[in-house]
Amino acid sequence: MKIEANRDICIGAGNCVLAAEDVFDQDDDAIVEVLEDHPSPDQETEVRNAVAQCPSGALSLVDD
Amino acid sequence: MSTTTHQDPPPVPRHMQRDRFAPLPETQAVRDEPGFPTFTTPFGATARLVTRYADVREVLGDAARFSNTGLPRLPTPDGEDGIDPRAGNLLATDPPEHTRLRRLLTGEFTVKRIRRLEPRITEIVDDHLDAMAAAGPPADLVGAFALPVPSLVICELLGVPYDDRAEFQGRAARQIDISRPLEERGRVAMESRAYMGELVDRARAEPGDDMLGMLIREHGDDITRSELVGIASLLLIAGHETTANMLGLGTLALLRAPDQLARVRDEPDAVAPAIEELLRYLSVVHSGVPRLVREDTEVGGVPVAAGELLVLSLPAANRDPAAVEHPDDLNVTRTIAPHVAFGHGVHHCLGAPLARAEMAVAFPALFRRFPTLAPGIPFEDVEFRSATVVHGLRALPVTW
Repeated sequence: MKIEANRDICIGAGNCVLAAEDVFDQDDDAIVEVLEDHPSPDQETEVRNAVAQCPSGALSLVDD
Repeated sequence: MSTTTHQDPPPVPRHMQRDRFAPLPETQAVRDEPGFPTFTTPFGATARLVTRYADVREVLGDAARFSNTGLPRLPTPDGEDGIDPRAGNLLATDPPEHTRLRRLLTGEFTVKRIRRLEPRITEIVDDHLDAMAAAGPPADLVGAFALPVPSLVICELLGVPYDDRAEFQGRAARQIDISRPLEERGRVAMESRAYMGELVDRARAEPGDDMLGMLIREHGDDITRSELVGIASLLLIAGHETTANMLGLGTLALLRAPDQLARVRDEPDAVAPAIEELLRYLSVVHSGVPRLVREDTEVGGVPVAAGELLVLSLPAANRDPAAVEHPDDLNVTRTIAPHVAFGHGVHHCLGAPLARAEMAVAFPALFRRFPTLAPGIPFEDVEFRSATVVHGLRALPVTW
């Protein structure tokens, strides 16, 4: 499982950081930064929550 | 220039009325009806009501098909004060204009920036709890705690003198009171802009360390005076009217569910999910800004036509059994379901991290300070707001 983040459509709501702090961060303008694009299996639930809670649709999960 | 002549406001639409915490049963029933029924908005326009969770997410999530511009608005004498009433109002813009404005502000609301505010939020919360304790029971929780805490926080963050609170809180309350004539609400909105215009001019002459000062120092060349006034006016009203009502309603809801209150009070890990559940269950914003359909299209298979207005019932969507089990129960231990209390899509609440941080500090601190906190009047006598853009309590008498 790989996380893809589209920084052009991110609106900086920060929901992903709150859902999965070890996986997502924000730059100084609040735009998403992926800290770990291949999350570990024990992070999968919180990463799926983060993707579901993203208001802009900037986050997606792809099979690698 | 508006030439509206009627003085009586239109009747309060059904979706803005509540049965205490919940949307009216009639509004909830709309979810099970095919299509989107029409009704008359507080502006006198005809709109269609969207109540299903998936449909609300679809509309809010697609700014390309559904616009925030060209909507009916409060009648004000355009240009009279030299401030364009639409400038800087993030809620009345679409991308790319919206993207430009929002990006000027998002850096101030990152999760990390808001965490740095937590010590100050804690001080503000503790000061108000100290004052309540010193004055002794009974108290009005809204006036003593729920309203002043977020008001002071947003004032300090933005750079608005807290001493002016009586005026700006009064104006905010009148502006969002849909039982008042549109002309009056429009006039009050203009007074708010005039007040903010003075603050903006002062900040331009001498930019402080607050958000207004930051905007002027870092983006002064890219942003007009009208835009600064619009941004600051929106943040001031959104910064206190929403969280204040969550704190008041949330306290009442938890007082009626003592086991859940105890978790919020005693278990630090229970606080964040509890706040999401309170946001979902209370959904204080009835509907936010309507969306204008740009082109003939479909929502959840229902045809909608270019030019139609769609109003999104956030509480009805957040109680959609298709999205949440036992949606009418408050359950702070439930697995977090993505709610739409902060909206969805590009207009998702900018201040959400701040609102969450304020609640995460305020609720446990309140319940720890007053372990015997109890409503001072029977539940049936608690006065809920009845005709405002944001749901809430008029007052919450408490004792301890």
